[in-house]
Amino acid sequence: MRWEKGFRDPKLAKRIVEKIHEVAPKKDVVKICHVCGTHEWVISHYGIRSMLPETVDVIAGPGCPVCIVPAAEVDEAIQVALKGAVLTCFGDVVRVPGSSMSPLEAKVKGADVRVVYSVIDAVRMAEREPNREFVFFAIGFETTAPSTAAEIVKGSPRNLSFLVSHRLIPPAMELMLGIGDLQIDAFIAPGHVSTIIGLEPYEIFPKAYRMPTIVAGFEPVDVLLAIYMALKQIKNRTAALENEYKRAVRWEGNIKAKELMGRVFKVVGGNWRGIGRIPDSTLALKEEYLKYDAHERHSVKISGGRDIRPGCQCHLVIVGKIKPTECPLFMKACTPQRPVGPCMVGVEGTCKIWAVTSQHSV
Amino acid sequence: MCLAIPARVIEVNGDLAKADFGGVVREVNISLVDAKVGDYILVHAGYAIQVLDEKEANETLELWREILALEEEQSER
Ligand code: SF4
Repeated sequence: MRWEKGFRDPKLAKRIVEKIHEVAPKKDVVKICHVCGTHEWVISHYGIRSMLPETVDVIAGPGCPVCIVPAAEVDEAIQVALKGAVLTCFGDVVRVPGSSMSPLEAKVKGADVRVVYSVIDAVRMAEREPNREFVFFAIGFETTAPSTAAEIVKGSPRNLSFLVSHRLIPPAMELMLGIGDLQIDAFIAPGHVSTIIGLEPYEIFPKAYRMPTIVAGFEPVDVLLAIYMALKQIKNRTAALENEYKRAVRWEGNIKAKELMGRVFKVVGGNWRGIGRIPDSTLALKEEYLKYDAHERHSVKISGGRDIRPGCQCHLVIVGKIKPTECPLFMKACTPQRPVGPCMVGVEGTCKIWAVTSQHSV
Repeated sequence: MCLAIPARVIEVNGDLAKADFGGVVREVNISLVDAKVGDYILVHAGYAIQVLDEKEANETLELWREILALEEEQSER
């Protein structure tokens, strides 16, 4: 794709880095927070942090959908599988630790756990085996929730139910601003989530919090541009909402997707692993779709759960308070092969990204 | 998991489309977008979540190149 190549143009990237050095503060350190695992991947993979002046710190907020699913919800998924249903989940999810085991460990114990690429795969599997009960573990942010909603509205097979664990990004961003000792100076908002929700939900950040907010895409030039745009706003003491990702994000977002989500889900408060309860941040099935709720069908409901294992610092990594290298277990007791915490599991987990890129040697 | 990949629509059959991911052709559900043959779409977990605006993309790049070139010219003076 021609234009995607343009967003990887090394010459253009180099010039933007020069501009970043021009506008960056000379003394005080500014903190730019992104909330998307894919942004962290781009930043780490292309070594963007090492191109930035020392006064610019880019931190990763709660943008990994696998990391923030509470252990109790993983435990519920494991329980339905141990009771005999087929648990279908995304590839990243199988190794995420619950309170005492991961879905993969449950599989070793005899549970039928299957990896799917899409909710569509779960639907097809359920159709192929009508005599078995299937459960789809529906995790992910606003990017993923519309596909779950679409399958439910269509009328999914009778033997398929859903453990809905979808979460919303703007409330988590708002929470980040309330963390006293974090003091963020600008946000880079997640492009893919924004293709669905549009720009309007971010208006609160410049308006109520005077926080520069840039919606950005996922090529290296996109991220560099977003950093430059944020720094320019910080320098000029302005706070505006800017859209760097115009090729994919429109003001109104994806209206069809939003309508479907609104039809199927209601917004409720919920727990985020490592963070705690965030008001109005979780999706739950509406009354008329409760027949698809795996909690009801398989009578599971677990409260509590052990979110953080001894020594794991995921709760601090998730809100960008520490870098993975500051966790004493990083690449010692905790590695991608033997993850201790959820941040070392998913491809969008900050610890996993730092482990597989050169970040840990910087 | 929230990764979305651009692809080009090569065939549409109702809610389903065949999309070309740089050489690999896969079936994609396009019920969330209004996509037609030739459009570039962003695909996430089997569903197209947005149609990409090629014109907008080229314009963004052009604009940045112009701004940078202009600034270079000015600083050379
Ligand atoms: S390195 Fe492992 S134990 Fe430490 S914070 Fe990351 S995931 Fe948790």
